[in-house]
Amino acid sequence: MGFKKIEAIIRTEKLDEVRMAVEGVGIVGMTVTEVKGRGSQKGILLEWRAGEYRVEFLPKLKLELVVHDVDLEKAVEALSAAARTGKVGDGKIFIYSMEDIVRVRTGERGRPAV
Amino acid sequence: MINSGDTAWVLISTALVILMTPALAFFYAGMVRRKNVLSTIMLSVAILALISVQWVLFGYTLAFGPDHAGLFGGLNWLGLNGVGQTPYPGYAATIPHLAFMVFQLAFAVITPALITGAFVERINFPGFLLFTLLWSTFIYDPVAHWVWGIGGWLRNLGALDFAGGTVVHITAGVSALALALIIGRRKGYGKFPMEPSNIPFTILGAFLLWFGWFGFNGGSALSSGGLATSALVVTNTAAAAAALTWMLMSWIHKRPSVLGLATGAVVGLVAITPASGYVSPLSALVIGAVAAVVSYYSILIRVKSGLDDSLDVFACHGMGGITGALLTGVFADKAINSAGANGLLFGNPQQLLIQAIAVLVVAVFSFTVSYILGRVIDAVFSLRARSEEEEIGLDITQHGEAAYS
Repeated sequence: MGFKKIEAIIRTEKLDEVRMAVEGVGIVGMTVTEVKGRGSQKGILLEWRAGEYRVEFLPKLKLELVVHDVDLEKAVEALSAAARTGKVGDGKIFIYSMEDIVRVRTGERGRPAV
Repeated sequence: MINSGDTAWVLISTALVILMTPALAFFYAGMVRRKNVLSTIMLSVAILALISVQWVLFGYTLAFGPDHAGLFGGLNWLGLNGVGQTPYPGYAATIPHLAFMVFQLAFAVITPALITGAFVERINFPGFLLFTLLWSTFIYDPVAHWVWGIGGWLRNLGALDFAGGTVVHITAGVSALALALIIGRRKGYGKFPMEPSNIPFTILGAFLLWFGWFGFNGGSALSSGGLATSALVVTNTAAAAAALTWMLMSWIHKRPSVLGLATGAVVGLVAITPASGYVSPLSALVIGAVAAVVSYYSILIRVKSGLDDSLDVFACHGMGGITGALLTGVFADKAINSAGANGLLFGNPQQLLIQAIAVLVVAVFSFTVSYILGRVIDAVFSLRARSEEEEIGLDITQHGEAAYS
């Protein structure tokens, strides 16, 4: 029985909805990082004094969470449903296999450390 | 005879105008990239220190000392020798001569600071310091003498410049154009996006400029009565009209931009500066609105030209100053200030011609001398930071400091 790491790039304004959605399927722990990035949306134009200037990388959040294999599908489903607006810029979810996990406080490894 | 009310107002105005230079530092710093925020602030605040010393030692006497041929002041007041607590009635009969001197100091400080917007993010600091010292000595001081000094040739010609449309904004704006040409574009300009570091800094700076401008224009009455009040009212009115006009233009373009509104406010303040002691509030509305349109399109044309006058000093101060100086010749009204003159609308088309001569002469002089000074200093000391310094950012490479952790 393994675990997976879910790395999700989401809209900044969707953080609380995503947090509550994954908590609803029993996943509490996560790490959030402020990042900049771009996808098919590319950059955007912002107002300058006269005319505009281009911003090529948009602010996003990167969520990292680790789940048991059995919880993966419902976690991904909850996360993507909560993060979705249907417009370009909703983000991506990357899923990795994990080797091992260590809980720093107790030294527990593997399953109990999730 | 010293009047305490007049003196108090001029001293407070001096403090207000001194505040405008750090305000300008933040106005500019918000529009540059994160790696050049401290460098941009440094350019303005270093000028505050440098020119405060220059003015006391020899700047004041070059500008306002006893006249030589209408062109510059003599060295009689070197080191403020003879400039004391009693009034010098030729300039201001009811305040100490020292009060007039220090009020003028604040103007001598902010003028070269305006130019820095043309060369931010790539300037070599030592070359910049030398340029500033020579610019103040060979451009600001003589032009201040021509327009404001007793015996100055433009003053004798009848040119109206209440608070520095010509002396401050045209000299700075046109010199910025010369410097932008000499120093060249920032690396990657037009190719890579250049994101402003902190627009709220810029907005804060703009509205502190608005606040300080009450001293700039109101204090230029050199007394605390009706004329100062009138100047203060038209200053606020022109700033507001220009801010609204700019907001509308940005709205028509896309959205009502706060950076646009703030830029408009500054342009309105620039344009009302020469006119502020001579025009009515309704004229100020027109001056502000017209200047906003002129500067807005000047920025668009500048961008199209490919010239990297990075913070549009020419478009805002040069074009705003020229607009204001010319419109002073249209809207000036002796009913507002009997010591002034009537403009075109009040039956004196001659005044517009005089204003145009002053604009042209000061613009050509400022551009030419700035260009020569810039070229010489660039050849000897380099005005431009080294390529890798510019890439890494001037905060770290020129000043050894970081704005943000």
